[in-house]
Amino acid sequence: MTNILAFAESRNGELRKVALEAVTAARKLADATGGEVHALVVGASGIASKAEQLAKHGADVVLVAENDAFANYNPEATSAIAADRLKGGGYRVAVFATSAQGRDLAPRVAGKLGAGIVTDVIDVALNGDNLTVKHPMNIGKLVATISIQGSPAIVSLRPNTYSPVENAKAGRVENVSAPADAASSRVVVKDLVTGEKGKLDLAEAPVIVAGGRGLKAAENFKLVEDLADAFGNAAVGATRAVTDDGWRPHADQIGQTGRLVSPQLYVAVGISGAVQHLAGMRTSKTIVAINKDKDAPIFKVADYGIVGDVFEVVPALTEAVREARKGH
Amino acid sequence: MKIAVCVKRVPDMDVRFKVAADGTSVDETGVKFDLNDFDAWAVEAALQLKEKAGQGEVVVISLGPNSVQETIRKALSMGADRGVHLQADRIPFDSFAIASALAAELKDGGYDLILFGKLAPDSSNSATGPIVAELLNVPCVTAISRLEMADGRGTAKREIEGAQEIVEFPLPAVLTVDEGLNTARYPSLKGIMAAKKKPLESKPAQLGESKVKIEKIELPPERAAGRIVGEGAAAVPELIKLLHTEAKVL
Ligand SMILES: Cc1cc2nc3c(=O)[nH]c(=O)nc-3n(C[C@H](O)[C@H](O)[C@H](O)COP(=O)(O)OP(=O)(O)OC[C@H]3O[C@@H](n4cnc5c(N)ncnc54)[C@H](O)[C@@H]3O)c2cc1C
Ligand SMILES: Nc1ncnc2c1ncn2[C@@H]1O[C@H](COP(=O)(O)O)[C@@H](O)[C@H]1O
Repeated sequence: MTNILAFAESRNGELRKVALEAVTAARKLADATGGEVHALVVGASGIASKAEQLAKHGADVVLVAENDAFANYNPEATSAIAADRLKGGGYRVAVFATSAQGRDLAPRVAGKLGAGIVTDVIDVALNGDNLTVKHPMNIGKLVATISIQGSPAIVSLRPNTYSPVENAKAGRVENVSAPADAASSRVVVKDLVTGEKGKLDLAEAPVIVAGGRGLKAAENFKLVEDLADAFGNAAVGATRAVTDDGWRPHADQIGQTGRLVSPQLYVAVGISGAVQHLAGMRTSKTIVAINKDKDAPIFKVADYGIVGDVFEVVPALTEAVREARKGH
Repeated sequence: MKIAVCVKRVPDMDVRFKVAADGTSVDETGVKFDLNDFDAWAVEAALQLKEKAGQGEVVVISLGPNSVQETIRKALSMGADRGVHLQADRIPFDSFAIASALAAELKDGGYDLILFGKLAPDSSNSATGPIVAELLNVPCVTAISRLEMADGRGTAKREIEGAQEIVEFPLPAVLTVDEGLNTARYPSLKGIMAAKKKPLESKPAQLGESKVKIEKIELPPERAAGRIVGEGAAAVPELIKLLHTEAKVL
């Protein structure tokens, strides 16, 4: 029971950043057990070409399940493949991402195996045979240290908590056969409607610029978009006040009932800092807040605050960020 | 159409939580509890489907101490038909333990749809629904924010990172509900009165064996106190400098 399985999430034939995060965390665990990292990647034909990237981040073995029924996420077949592999034995831990796909997949696998599962994990450690994880509870106001009994244990990592680290291994490729009825899954993803091409997602962006009701109207989100654009590697987020009013889609909402993010830099523009919003972003590395009310709660969590009118400060900041990045 | 909705009683999050003396649970003194928001949207979805079909039954199930009966009554006052209380001296943390007990109750219920919330904000597992689906071997779609039913099949929308999945599924099915699917109705006075007379069955929960154990609960490390860099656009150059030299993000 020394090997670690890392599920390598992909979409449209490309690995997601969380795939490399899972492999990185698995590598850390395998170094503790003295076992191997097996990265499992599931996709349409061609996905095998991603093996090299997984090996580079620490996979000893890359398990490839290629089938055109896997062009879109196929929850039933994917969970069956992962569970079958884990049933085969030898695995101490299976590592998933707490992404939309991982939230769906990891509990299915746990259910099939009757395995112990903890999701949304910000730290995972093996001491001897003792597996413990850290898991935020009560919208991040508490953190639990949890032990998981039995092998395999299922964990899913909060995105952006393990930065991908290169640690090249052999990356021997092994093909895994898909279940015979892969194409006849009961649940079928008929369509994947993608947003603008090249737009960074909140879970992957190193920088997030988020706007709140302080922007006053939907069209003023242009200020937020321009600032995100100036950073070059930023995604745009919003508060519930804003998504409720339809200024931004619900998918952009950060907080208790929206997305959980932890970017390198979070810029809060015209956001008061309600607890339900903080729940989704308080683990960001650096937080900047711009608000005209010096007593706004957002300033309590912000590393750097500017008290001022967003309509004055944001354009100036956008200009200055553009200028600062020119030198790079 | 026979629909089950699994609902959880959860603490109001707008408080400062204290760790209980045992170090592994939350001190509940002064904490208010209510129906989980995601579960309220699941109840609303069930009621709308029943109303559209013109017939059917909506059954609300909750596991926990006697206090969860209050949570069930709230769902009944919104319009659900009857409740099932699965007794346990406390609500366990472990999704698998809860899911096993819920699955045992749901197994022979003849439900067309079994609805869950996407997540309970206290335990934050987002795992119970799909585990129940596996235990019952029923198709499952998680975190849906749109739902259409026709001819015994459903189509749901899932918001994923930067995209949407349109998912088709047959009945019976397990669905977990995300924000955006609907707006939950408030119980009317008439609904509250009616709920008092609706059937609520109470029986012991058949909890599954727990493989996860909370060793310790702590408050997260406080963020180091931040600072106000300055006022208005004049503060921008100083902010840029700090982002560059101190935070090293620029
Ligand atoms: C169960 C529940 C779940 C929730 N989930 C979420 C969630 O997931 N995410 C979320 O975000 N919220 C959530 N909320 C809502 C949350 O409580 C707040 O209502 C919301 O976050 C407020 O959004 P806001 O900061 O944009 O608006 P407001 O609170 O109205 O704040 C606007 C801010 O803008 C500032 N401002 C105004 N004009 C200017 C100007 N010209 N220049 C600079 N600053 C200006 C004001 O000083 C103020 O601080 C939830 C609430 C509940 C009850
Ligand atoms: N004790 C419980 N009783 C009934 N349903 C529950 C219970 N705990 C969790 N659930 C259901 O499972 C969903 C997700 O919870 P969780 O997996 O803990 O995030 C909740 O929104 C409820 O629908």
